[in-house]
Amino acid sequence: MGKRVGLEVTVAVAEAVALCRIDMAGVYPITPQSHIAEHLSNLVADGKLDAEFVTVESEHSAMSAVIGAAAAGARVYTATSSQGLMLMHELLPIASAMRLPITMAIANRAVSGPLNILNDHSDIMPQRDAGWIAVFAENGQEAVDLSIAAFKIAEHKDVMLPVSVNIDGFQLTHMVEPVILPSQEEVDAFLPPFVPHATLHPSNPVTMGAFSMSDYFTEIMKAKDEAIKNSRKVILEVWDEWGRQFGRSYKPVETYRAEDADILMLTMGSMGETAKIAIDELRGKGVRAGLVKLRLWRPFPFAELKAAVKNAQKLIVTDRAVSFGGPGGPVFSEIKSALFAQARRPSIYNYIIGLGGRDMAVSDFVGMFDQVLADRAQAKADTYEFWGVRE
Amino acid sequence: MNIVENFDLFAPRLINKKELFSCGHRACSGCAEVLSVRLMCKALGDDTVVASATGCMEIVSSMFPTTAWRIPWIHVAFENAAAVASGVEAGLKALRKKGKIDDRYIKVVGMAGDGGTMDIGIQALSGAMERGHDMIYVCFDNEAYMNTGIQRSSGTPMGASTTTAPAGKASSGQKTWKKNMPEIMVAHEIPYVATVCPSYPLDFIRKFEKARNIKGPSYIHCFSVCPTGWRSPSETAVSMGRLAVETGVFPLFEVESGHYRMSPDMPKKLKPLRSYFKPQGRFRHLTDAEIDAIQERVTAEFNKLTQKAKFL
Ligand SMILES: Cc1ncc(C[n+]2csc(CCOP(=O)(O)OP(=O)(O)O)c2C)c(N)n1
Ligand code: SF4
Ligand SMILES: [Mg+2]
Repeated sequence: MGKRVGLEVTVAVAEAVALCRIDMAGVYPITPQSHIAEHLSNLVADGKLDAEFVTVESEHSAMSAVIGAAAAGARVYTATSSQGLMLMHELLPIASAMRLPITMAIANRAVSGPLNILNDHSDIMPQRDAGWIAVFAENGQEAVDLSIAAFKIAEHKDVMLPVSVNIDGFQLTHMVEPVILPSQEEVDAFLPPFVPHATLHPSNPVTMGAFSMSDYFTEIMKAKDEAIKNSRKVILEVWDEWGRQFGRSYKPVETYRAEDADILMLTMGSMGETAKIAIDELRGKGVRAGLVKLRLWRPFPFAELKAAVKNAQKLIVTDRAVSFGGPGGPVFSEIKSALFAQARRPSIYNYIIGLGGRDMAVSDFVGMFDQVLADRAQAKADTYEFWGVRE
Repeated sequence: MNIVENFDLFAPRLINKKELFSCGHRACSGCAEVLSVRLMCKALGDDTVVASATGCMEIVSSMFPTTAWRIPWIHVAFENAAAVASGVEAGLKALRKKGKIDDRYIKVVGMAGDGGTMDIGIQALSGAMERGHDMIYVCFDNEAYMNTGIQRSSGTPMGASTTTAPAGKASSGQKTWKKNMPEIMVAHEIPYVATVCPSYPLDFIRKFEKARNIKGPSYIHCFSVCPTGWRSPSETAVSMGRLAVETGVFPLFEVESGHYRMSPDMPKKLKPLRSYFKPQGRFRHLTDAEIDAIQERVTAEFNKLTQKAKFL
């Protein structure tokens, strides 16, 4: 049986990863991810985790090394944040094109400049088109559960793609939370051993990462797109299975008091918890407000999103990153295009919030609702605004 | 009997007949870099995994859906061959220890050109060597970024004309001395560092065999004549390599646990640099005075090296 413990979320995640019996990890320190690397190396040093912990000299090499080890047939893990993720950027589409099941935690943090170590989503957003499955955790338990499930999704024979588990830096990574850590037996029962399609072993020599010109390139891109689209089915299955075994189930899009809501807010990551409190407050005042939480960023859950917002008049999309000179925050553009062809869709508002660790109180969420509710002429629909900016 | 001069006689007995790097690759005719890769495979045998950087050797050998590799091979990017190799090594080590693959010794090799090694890849290489992975790293040095059109690298020799450091009215080509990569590797205090040239196939193979038997990191720097980039006749690639060695431009030596040893193939007396420069278009613009200055440096560097080799 699993046990309920109070742990810093990074430590809980590292414990969860160890329960997955990884063969190899390559991690480079960066705040706020470092505690994952440190705790994993502690587990190896104490003989509790039988894995090669490669103390790489950069995140570029961390990703390169886990690519190499995964290609050799090992179950691999890495974790990073912000600048580290930007340094890995070059390799992310290569990992997915090579169909390597790599699991990576991203302790989401603002990207420089100016340098900032606190939370937002400007690190993961530029990785959107890398061909990685991307999921967002809202609390410590989710970070643990989604990390273990990530291995099973990534390694599924119909998926074979890398997965990033996004965990908000500090707000989530550094919280001490009560989490239920499954037992080794439970994880073993859930997660079968990794069976790779092909490996770098002389018993059956293969060429990986070949060079391709225009004759095959488009086909390879299409194949990758099909692969990530098809992963949807497996993601749903694996999360359901998790639910059946552990009693906590996950969905690509989750809602809170949304069924009869006139006005909805959409969040991704840990801010959903604060938004929930704001919703309760608004409900108390008679406002029919609700919450939509986007857990799965890639592959994008079109059907679930459409279903979740279909009855609302207004939808407030919160973004934790900026698309400079673009049509609004990256999540906003995505939601707008997802709903574009709907005959009936809510008017969509966009707030860019919580950049570089800017605190977001319950009153801030209530404030956004108030503003949008007051916009009777819908003058601000389809536009974006930086919330709480000092001008 | 001189082995190299009677090579056809000796080769079948001394060199692995099995071709692990097949013909049909797309390298230019007379490419000594691809010859080196082929010899490396012969020396290391089947139980080898290669992680290659982007560059000529990757492009010519892996055009999808064909491959020239009969051993497991992976390419990921330009600057990370050493890091990928270190991951392959760590992965195989873990799987072998846990009994998930058969208990057989596999040598992992990281390889890149001079650009992929000495410039953009030096950090990943330094990291992998410092961490002590059980792997061989090979730099196939053709003294420029050939794959992308003969741009200069830090391995381009002084005075050579390249497309980004061309000779012109106000320039004599490369303005910097070649980075001494083997010495940088020696400074990492790894068990084995060696220089090789495929014009000396037996020395070449012996050094690779030695590196294969070392449990830990080793570095081999391979002088690889590139007729296309050097503007030299393709049929002279092997003799050009010999001239580089005979003039002391590229001395053959090895460093085992810090101890230097010159290869027995090194001549007692060096030939003048001009004999090596003359057939190459990339040096054609150099004046006598410029060649003299380079000659002085080559001699001095060579003497420095032989001094180190004296104190065995
Ligand atoms: C990050 C990155 N920068 C630049 C390139 C372009 N590029 C590919 S190969 C190459 C030069 C290769 O030179 P070298 O390593 O000496 O190998 P050679 O082709 O000469 O054998 C360059 C500049 C790249 N692929 N990736
Ligand atoms: S450009 Fe030079 S190194 Fe590249 S394949 Fe041709 S001869 Fe070989
Ligand atoms: Mg080169």
